[in-house]
Formats: sequence, structure tokens, C-alpha cells
Amino acid sequence: MGRFPEYYNLWHIAGHYALRGFAALVLIFLMLPILVIIPLSFNAEPFFTFTEGMLALDPDAYSLRWYKEIFDDEKWTLAIKNSFIVGFAAAILATLLGTVAAVGLASPWMPYKRLITALLLSPMIVPLIIIAAGMFFFYTQFNLVGTYTGLIIAHAALGVPFVIITVTATLSGFDRSLFIAGLSLGASPVKVFWDVVIPLIRPGVISGGLFAFVTSFDEVVLVLFLAGPEQRTIPRQMFSGLREQINPTILAVATLLVVLSAAMLFTLEALRRRSERMRGEGL
Amino acid sequence: MKRHLKLMAGAAALALCASSVSAQDLTVTSFGGAYGAAQKEHMIDPFVAETGTNILFEDYGGGVAEMKAQVEAGNIQWDVVDIEVIDLERACAEGYLEVIDQSVLPAGDDGAAAADDFIPEALANECGVGNIVWSIVFAYNNANGEGPQTIADFFDTENFPGKRGLRKRPQVNMEWALIADGVPMEEVYEVLSTEEGQARAFAKLDTIKDDIVWYDSWSQAPVLLNDGGAQMVQSANGRIFAAIQDEGAPFTIVWDSHVYDLDVWAIMKGTPNMEKAMEFISFATRTVPLSGMQDVAYGPTRRSAQALLPEAIKQDLPTAHLDVGLKADGIFWADYGETLGEKFNEWLLQ
Amino acid sequence: MTDTATLAQKPLAPGLNRDDARSAAREVRKRRLQAFLFVTPLLIFILFSFVAPITTMLYRSVYNPTVADLLPDTLVALQEWEQSDESPSDAVLTQFAIDLKRLANDRTSGRLADEINRALPGMSSVVKSTARAVRRVDDAELAANGPALLIDANDRWAEPETWRAIKDAGRAYSLDYYLTSLDLERGSAGEIQARDTQIYVKLYTKTLWMALIITVATVLLGYPLAYFMANTSTSLSNALMVFVLLPFWTSLLVRTTAWIALLQTNGVVNSTLQAFGLRDDPLELLYTQFSTIIAMTHILLPFMVLPLYSVMRGIDSSYMRAAMSMGSRPLAAWFRIYLPMSLPGLSAGALLVFIISVGYYITPALVGGTDGQMISNIIAFHMQQSNNWELAAALGALLLLLILVLYWLFDRFVGAANIKLG
Repeated sequence: MGRFPEYYNLWHIAGHYALRGFAALVLIFLMLPILVIIPLSFNAEPFFTFTEGMLALDPDAYSLRWYKEIFDDEKWTLAIKNSFIVGFAAAILATLLGTVAAVGLASPWMPYKRLITALLLSPMIVPLIIIAAGMFFFYTQFNLVGTYTGLIIAHAALGVPFVIITVTATLSGFDRSLFIAGLSLGASPVKVFWDVVIPLIRPGVISGGLFAFVTSFDEVVLVLFLAGPEQRTIPRQMFSGLREQINPTILAVATLLVVLSAAMLFTLEALRRRSERMRGEGL
Repeated sequence: MKRHLKLMAGAAALALCASSVSAQDLTVTSFGGAYGAAQKEHMIDPFVAETGTNILFEDYGGGVAEMKAQVEAGNIQWDVVDIEVIDLERACAEGYLEVIDQSVLPAGDDGAAAADDFIPEALANECGVGNIVWSIVFAYNNANGEGPQTIADFFDTENFPGKRGLRKRPQVNMEWALIADGVPMEEVYEVLSTEEGQARAFAKLDTIKDDIVWYDSWSQAPVLLNDGGAQMVQSANGRIFAAIQDEGAPFTIVWDSHVYDLDVWAIMKGTPNMEKAMEFISFATRTVPLSGMQDVAYGPTRRSAQALLPEAIKQDLPTAHLDVGLKADGIFWADYGETLGEKFNEWLLQ
Repeated sequence: MTDTATLAQKPLAPGLNRDDARSAAREVRKRRLQAFLFVTPLLIFILFSFVAPITTMLYRSVYNPTVADLLPDTLVALQEWEQSDESPSDAVLTQFAIDLKRLANDRTSGRLADEINRALPGMSSVVKSTARAVRRVDDAELAANGPALLIDANDRWAEPETWRAIKDAGRAYSLDYYLTSLDLERGSAGEIQARDTQIYVKLYTKTLWMALIITVATVLLGYPLAYFMANTSTSLSNALMVFVLLPFWTSLLVRTTAWIALLQTNGVVNSTLQAFGLRDDPLELLYTQFSTIIAMTHILLPFMVLPLYSVMRGIDSSYMRAAMSMGSRPLAAWFRIYLPMSLPGLSAGALLVFIISVGYYITPALVGGTDGQMISNIIAFHMQQSNNWELAAALGALLLLLILVLYWLFDRFVGAANIKLG
């Protein structure tokens, strides 16, 4: 019992273990649903449930047929292509505009800073269904509904707040005297921006871009309202699959997406560490 | 600066990539599932093989809402659409569909002119060309023995407990409620056009409301029956037939008070691909493609195609059961679809 | 450039002369402009891609010119008619019959029917069947016998209520859709009264109630977890963080799919219960309010844990230790010391979860069945199924108002720029 402080009585210790146990249960609640779908996606039968063979670990009860199905089905391959095209284009657009704007917002001279920040962050707060309805009404007038351009613009707007937040966070640790030093050495503001500012805030820019990409990659409500059949994305295809005919292809896609998000998570974590290191060196 | 250029180049490459995604030549929309698979095999794929047209074959759940949204927003996404006659009259009268020149339809394979070869209902509306004769039936899972035999049984939760799967729209559900409540089949639409009749239908539906599982798309019906989500479901007859035939599912079809109808191919108003769309419809409604719809127990709308059917399939087609069935009334639903749709949704939310 | 840059850094000394002050002011203006120019491209982009659409939606909720465009002549004729108990003159009916024939042949009478139906439920079938009746009648006959033809087709054309509905529907600007959104309507004398069927207020209340349950559930699950993670070794908490972040980064659709697989009739939960003999027949879990709440709690839990954790990490545990070593009971110490210090994280997480769940669409749509539908789902329904875009816009505007109030609270208590990610 030596690891507990001496003023602890039995109740304290019971409480300590209860907390541990409860935390473990919550973590299981968080992870289990995601882990359950992975074995289900290898089901040899066209069902969403564990078959007896699967529970008995019979190798014949498992198969890769649903993974093969993804790549055989034109709708899925089109959806995968669309998701990456729209995601990349929207992320690049949001990152370009968002990074430049974040630098302006970080300036102590920025007028109406609070108002403008709130405005630029609001796409994150307004319910998607409202954004979707509004965009459907407005984009129709410009023939943007059912086009890649319309979808990319819409998703970029959703990604902007994330870029602003992450880049602002890196900028807050950024020493403004470096910018001024650059200017005082005779460089143009644009040159200072690209050669001094950008390298320093790069981790923030990259993670903002990743956030913007993931936002687009995962988004389905705007796609439901703004995309035509040719712009269907992965989540859109999953949405109609879940509504109409549930088959394990969706689980196979879901498993691939879990792997992708794990990769994404580790990239971000690495970036965060790197950013911390860089700031550590600066001090 | 170099990096900046790289980024711009990347963006430009992506933009190019986005614009080079090949546009489809034709978007054809139908109901998916087993029916969609049969259409793909007998209509879409042969057409693609013959003409080299790129087709995007889409699913929808039926109804006019999506067409209406496309036409009113001036943003046409579909070219050809498979539509139930119960919705056709309305879609045509409200200008969501193009008028089709039925004189260009080819003669049957036996040489009979199109006008004689098609059954009259198939060409009755100027906006569509008949595709199949099908029926809305109910079916039950017979793994636990005998099930309901009549539509009154379907509404009898005491003797036949369990969930009932119904398609989430007033069409057919209102008709069935009245028939189950004792209205003779030939008077159903007359009664349903009165306020009292509508109230009566909702009152009957109320008696099973807690036991209803609503679904949106025909392809969900056999799934519900299969995974135990419902004991009995309303379904297009072909879906149940396909589940029995292909997967050996323990389902029984009940023909009592089935509501039969036609499906037609139609063309979205304002499509930029009018010519291709017409070419597709002419192809898909030729004798051989139509006869392929027997895969899912739907009757063809051409006499020359009916002649190609094997004897064994005939008892599974709606045409063998017309004596116990009700013909869906497209004109009634054209007039009352909106009103009853609204009441139905308010009823659902109560 | 060099001079001005340093100048701006220099505090303005009291002894500055006027020129200095002026040039300093100019410099400040220049800097403000420079900062603003950085933001301008994004501002323009957001105005076009986001603000203008929302504005269009708000405008759409009060502006609907459909009937005014379809029936201009009838509406002019109707202007004379006072909303009395008598039907309008034959001239109005004749004009309407002529208009209706034109619309029937243009195939736009359906749109008219739907619009009038919104002012007076049940009118859709009257307009449509009448349109069919007058479609093939020739113009001279209509001009001579219009009123009789209409009333023959349907006797509701003789009722003043019908014409009041047409006049109402003919107003391009109106707040009627807001009335409908609040389950109200205009009575025959223009007074505002409750509608027969009460739907939307109930739905807003239900949405808020569900959002509250979800928020409380995420607090109950998230607070102890965050507390544990904040008070354990860094290496363990970093490892456990993966369990929180992986679900956070996993697609919403994937997580919803997982809940469908778990909860469906023959799903994992029911099979497990049956395998252990705890249930004979499967529980009905999917497509209920329960499934919406549990799936959304799962999806939103990281939004609670992350801000809580980042605040708790900064709380010095020696305060608690000090209080407890001096004999305070743990609960009392926690309540008096720890809870107030963790409150910023708690309020940030709770408001975030609440705001997000109020506007949720996807999860209720997929797992909610009929009971689990929220306000977003009915907005989507009016956008996509009933095509009542104006009502959808009005319902959306009310939802937006609700969210803005919550956002304002959030900004006041937490600060919008303090949202932390990952």
C-alpha cells in the first residue's frame, strides 16, 4: 500500500480503483464499436453480423470478397476518386486563404479582429443542414450545384476555421520581431512571409491543411445537397448504402477509413511534437 | 518562393485533374437491388456494349420529390428515370418529364408494330414507355410457420404479432388500410377522395402504428424480412421472388389485395441529353431486354416479349393474380398525392 | 520601410509635435490596412461561399413569389375583393379559370396547387382536378362560363375561404412560414391562432432535450476519464489519448455504421445477449431515440474529453493534496477546489457538445427511426421530400437563431478562439 499517501483510507483507495475501472470502461466504449467492424468486414457471408463460423475462427468463414467488391464496383471507385479530388482541392484552397488570413489576424493592428474572427470561424458552428440548404439556394443561381467547383468551394469554406485555429496557435508562439527584422533587412513583406514566416509556422499550416482535408473527406450533408451523381464521395456512397441495402462492402470501406485515420492521427502527432521541439529551441 | 510555386503547380494540376474526370454520357436512375441488377444485365450492359455510351446507373427510392427539386432548381442531374405509374401522371402533369415521341419505338422482334405490340397501358401516358408490369404485395417470413393470409390479417396485430415493414409514403398504405377496414376494392379510391375516407384510413393505420417499421427504398424490404427487423413486409413482388429464388430465403408472398401497376421509362424535363436518352429507352424496351425482367418476376409490357416467357414463371407474375388485385390509380395520386403526403407526414410525426 | 517599422515600435512620447503625430497616425492606418489586406481574400471567399448562402436562405424564408408570378392577373382582380364572407365577383373567377387553363397547358398548375395547399391544406387536389377539367375547354367557353365551370369541377371554388387562401399565397413577402414553424396559423379574420396539428415546437423541444441528455451523458463519461488521464503518468496518458483521438479522427459514417452493426436486430449486442441466455427474443435497439442518443454520445465524447483534459492537465494537484492532507473529505475537496478549477474545460466541452448535437443530421437520419428524428432531419425532409423550401428555410432560420444564442454564450464564457483541436 506504499504507493498511496498516508492520509488515504480504505475509501480513498477504493475510489482510486473505481476511477481506474470506470476510465477503462469509457475507453472501451470509445474504441469497441470501431474495433468490432474490422473483423466483420472479413465476413464471407453477405451479413452485418458474426456468423457461427467466424466465432469458431473457421478460416473459410473469413474472406476478402468485400474488399474486392469495392474495387470492382464503379460506384465505389468513382467515389474514392471524387473524395480525394475534392478533399485535396478544398484543403489547398482553405489552407492558402486561411494561412494568409491568419497572419493578418495575428497582427496587433488588425481592425475588427473579434468580429472578423468570429465570422471566419462560424462555418464550424452553424449546423451543416443550414449551410447545405443555403448553399443549395445560392449556388443554384451560379450553376454550381452538381459540379466539382461548387463542392470544392463549399468544402473549403468548412475547412477554413480549422486552418485559422491551427495556424493562429502556431503564430501565437511566433516572435514578431523576426518578421520586423526581415523587413528591416530590406526584404519585401511577401518575401519575408514566404522565407521567414511560412517555415516557422509550417507545422500549423500542415496540420490545418490536414484538418481541412479530413473535414472534406468525412463530410456528407453538403454532398447530399450539392453533388450530382457524378460527384458522389465515399461518405455519400456509405450513406445511401446504409439507407438502402446494408452489405459488408460498407464495412470493408469503413475498415480502410479507420486505417487511414490512424495514419492521419500519427502524422498529426508527429507534427505536434516537432512543433513543440522547434519552439523549445527558439526559447 | 520555390515552394510557393510548387504549391501553385500542385493546385493547378489538381484543378486539371478535377476537370478531366470524364463526364458520363447518360445518367439512368432506377430502384436498385435485385430489380436494378436485372436492368443492368438486360438493358444497361447490352446498351453500353452496343453503343459505347458511358452510363451512370443510379438508385433512388421512387416518388417525384427529387425530380421536382431538380426541375425547380433548374439543375438537371438525371437523364432517364424509371418511374412508377402511380407517380407518372403527376410527374408528367407538373412538367418534370419530357413528352416522348412514341412513334419512334421499334417494332417487336416478331414484326408487330410497336403500337400493337405494347399493351395499351404501357403507352397510355405521353411521358413514359412501359417497362414492366409489377405489383406491390406483402410477404412474411415462414420460418416460424404459417403467417397472415389476407390484408386484414396484416392489420391484425393480435393474431399476427410482430413488426410490419411498410414503405414510408401514403401510396398503397392508404389503400390497404381501407381494404382491411372493409371497403370493397372497387370503391377504395372513391372513399379515399373524401375527408372521412382519409380519416378512416389513418384511423386504421393508427391501430398498427406502433408495430410499423418504415423504410425508404424497395431494396430494404427483403433485408428487413431477412434480418428479423420485421415479420412481414410490403414489397415489390420481384424483390421477394428474387430473395426466394436466388438465396433460398424462407419467404411467402401473399397476393391478397396486391396493388398492381406499371413501371415506365421516362426522360427528365430539360435534360441536355435528350437524343441519347431516347435512344436508350428505345433500346431498353425492345422485346429481348423486356423479357429479361422475368428474372425478378416482372411481366414484360410487350406481347412479343410475353411470348418468350417460360410457362413456369407465369404463376409468379402479377398477371396471374389480377382477380385479387387492385389497379393503382395514377390520376387519383396525381390529384391527392401532395395533400395526402402532407397529412401522412403530420400523422407520422404525431 | 526600416524607419517606419521602428517608428511603430516606439511609444508616442508626450513631447511629439503635430507632424510626428500625423505621420504616426498615418503609419497606424497603413498597418491596419496591411493587416486587413492579408485577411481580405479569405473574407471575400467566405462572404461568397458561406455568408451569401445563409443570407439567401433567410431571404427565402420570407420571400416566395411563385403564386404572384403564376397568377398575376387573378391577383390584380382579387385586390378589389375585401376578405369578406362573400365570394369574389364572377370576373375574378373567370380570370382565374383562364389563368388556370394556361397553367395546366404549361404544366405549371402543379406548382400552383402545391403553393395554395400550403395556405389551405387540402387545396392541392382541388386545384389539380380542376386544372385537368379546364385544360381542354376553349377560351370563349371559359370567358362566358368560367365561374360555373370552376364550381362544377369542385364546389370549394364557391367558398370565400378558398379565395382567401389564394390571396394569402399570392403575397410575395410574408411571415407565414415562421407561423407554420411555430405551429401557428392565421385565422379567417387574420388573427393568429394555434394550428390543429402541433409538430414543430414539439420537435424543437425534443431536439433540445435530446441534446441535453447527450451533453449530460458525455459529461458523466468524459469527466472521470479526463480526470484520470490528467492525473496519471504522462506516458500512460499519452498512450490512452490514442483511444480518444482515434475515434475522434475516424469518419462519422464509420462510427455510425459501427453502431448499426452493434444494435441491429441480429446485431452484435443482441447476439451476445442471446448467447449468454440473457434474452430470448432480440431487443429492439436500432431505429429508436435510444440508438440516436447512444451513437451521438459516442461520436461527441471526444469533444468533451479533449477540452477537459487540456484544462485539467494544467491544474496543480498539490491543491487537492493539501486540502486532503489537512483532513478535508475527498468529495468536499473535489467539489470546493477541483471542480471550480476545471470549470472552463467543462463549460467549453458542454457547450460545444450541446451546440453540435442541436444541429445534428446524419446520425439521427441513419439510426433514429421515426422517434429519433431531430429538427435538422425535418429541415432536410422539407428540402428533399416535400419540397417546401420556404418552410425549410424558416425552420432553419429559427435553428440558426438558437445556435447563434448558444454561440454567443460560448464566446462570452469560453472565447471562440480558444477552441482546441487534438
